[in-house]
Amino acid sequence: MKSKYITGNIKVNDLVFPQVSTELKTPDFLGAVMVRWGFNRDRYLVSPGLYAVGSPGTDSDVFVTANYKLTFDQVRRNLSGIDGWLLVLDTRGVNVWCAAGKGTFGTEELVKRIKSVSLEKIVTHKRIILPQLGATGVAAYRVKAETGFNVHYGPVRASDISKFIHDRYRADRDMRKVKFSLTDRMKLIPNDFLYGKFYLLGAMLVMYMLSGISARGISYRDFSGQGGPVLLTVFIAYFAGIVLTPLLLPFLPGRYFSMKGFFSGMLVFLGFLIITSSKLNMVTDISWFFIVGAVSSFTAMNFTGSSTYTSLSGVRKEMKLFVPVQISFATIGIILQVIGKLI
Amino acid sequence: MFMKDLVYLPGVVTLSLCEDTCNGCGMCIKVCPHEVFELSGRKAHIVRRDYCMECGACALNCPVSAISVNSGVGCAAGIISGYIRNSEPTCGCSGSKSNCC
Repeated sequence: MKSKYITGNIKVNDLVFPQVSTELKTPDFLGAVMVRWGFNRDRYLVSPGLYAVGSPGTDSDVFVTANYKLTFDQVRRNLSGIDGWLLVLDTRGVNVWCAAGKGTFGTEELVKRIKSVSLEKIVTHKRIILPQLGATGVAAYRVKAETGFNVHYGPVRASDISKFIHDRYRADRDMRKVKFSLTDRMKLIPNDFLYGKFYLLGAMLVMYMLSGISARGISYRDFSGQGGPVLLTVFIAYFAGIVLTPLLLPFLPGRYFSMKGFFSGMLVFLGFLIITSSKLNMVTDISWFFIVGAVSSFTAMNFTGSSTYTSLSGVRKEMKLFVPVQISFATIGIILQVIGKLI
Repeated sequence: MFMKDLVYLPGVVTLSLCEDTCNGCGMCIKVCPHEVFELSGRKAHIVRRDYCMECGACALNCPVSAISVNSGVGCAAGIISGYIRNSEPTCGCSGSKSNCC
C-alpha cells in the first residue's frame, strides 16, 4: 500500500525515488496524538531508505534522520520549500537521540545505508547533514574514513534547518542547545503517566487491602467511606509525582528529582489535610504524609529518563541516596496506617 | 520565556579532557547539547562540567580520543531494569514500551 505522505516519484540518474510531501495532514496529527498517549508507539515507523523532498538533483543537500514517524514528520515539514534528499536510517521506530544512545542511529547503520542506496552515485558532493543529537551514536571521522562523506552536524531542532542552511551550514549556539520548555515537558507526561501504571495499581491494591482493616475485623463493605478515599489519595500522590513534578520542574526546590517529587507530593498532601480536616485521627494523617511522600518522590524520579539534562552518574547517586528513604517512608506509612485503624 | 538552564547534581560527572592531546578541532563544541566546552588558545576546555549529561557525543566524535566519559542513560527506570536484568542500564526505547529519552 502506498503511504499517504508519498506524493509521487522522481527520477535521477535513471534511479527512481519516492517523493514525500512537506505538508502534514490530519492522519499525521492524529497519529502524533495517538503515540503521545502510547497507542501504536512500537509500530509508528517509516521504511528506511532515500526519499526526495521537492525536486532534488545531484547537487542537493542530504539530510539524515530516524525512521520514527513522529521524527520523520517533523523533518519533512521543516524541509518545506527546500529541494533535498532525506536519508532515513533504520532506528526501529525510535527517535534520533534515543536511537543514538542505543547505537541504532549509529556509525555502522549510517555507513551501511549510504552504501546500500549508493549515495555517491546520486549526489556529486560529499556533504551529509545530521541532526546534532545523532552525534551520540555517530563518529563523524569514521563515516568520512569509511564512505568519503563529510558529516555536518546541523541544529538540534528540525525547525532550525532552513536557518542553518541560510547561515551556510553553521549551527549557532542557540541551535546547538537542548532546551526543556514547559511545552516539551507536557508532551512527555501522557506516556510517563501510562508507564508507571503498575506502580500505581500496586500501591492502590496495597492501600485498599489495608483500608478494610479495623478493630472489629476485616471488611470491605464501606467503599465510599473507606476504600474509595484511600484509592483517591494514592492516585493524587501518583499525580503529584508524574504530572505536577514535570510541570513545575524548574520551580520545585532541590536538584534531586526525588526531592522535587517529595515537595509536589507535599502540595497535594496539604490539600488532602484541608479536605479531610480532622475527620481522620492524627496517626492516620501522619501515615498519609509518609505514603504520599514515598509515592510522589519515587514516581518523580522516573522523570529523570524523560528529562534532557540528567547524567547516568547523577541518577545512580540519586537512587542510592533516595530509594532507601522512599522504602523506609512507605514502610513507616503502612505500619502507621494499620496502627491508625486499630486505635 | 527566559529561564535559567536546568542543571542536575554538582560534582558527579565522569567527563575528562586531556588538553595535551586536544588538537583544537572544535568538534566537541559542535556536538555538545549543553555548552560544556569552550575553545580558547587552540584547545578545548571544560567550562560547564556540572551541565554534562554524559551522552558521550564529544568522546565519540573526538578524532584524537582526548575525551573520555562513562556515558549512558540518565534514567531511573533504565537503572532499575538494568539492575533486574543484571546488565548495563538500558531504557526500553527499542520496540518495547517505554517512557525513556
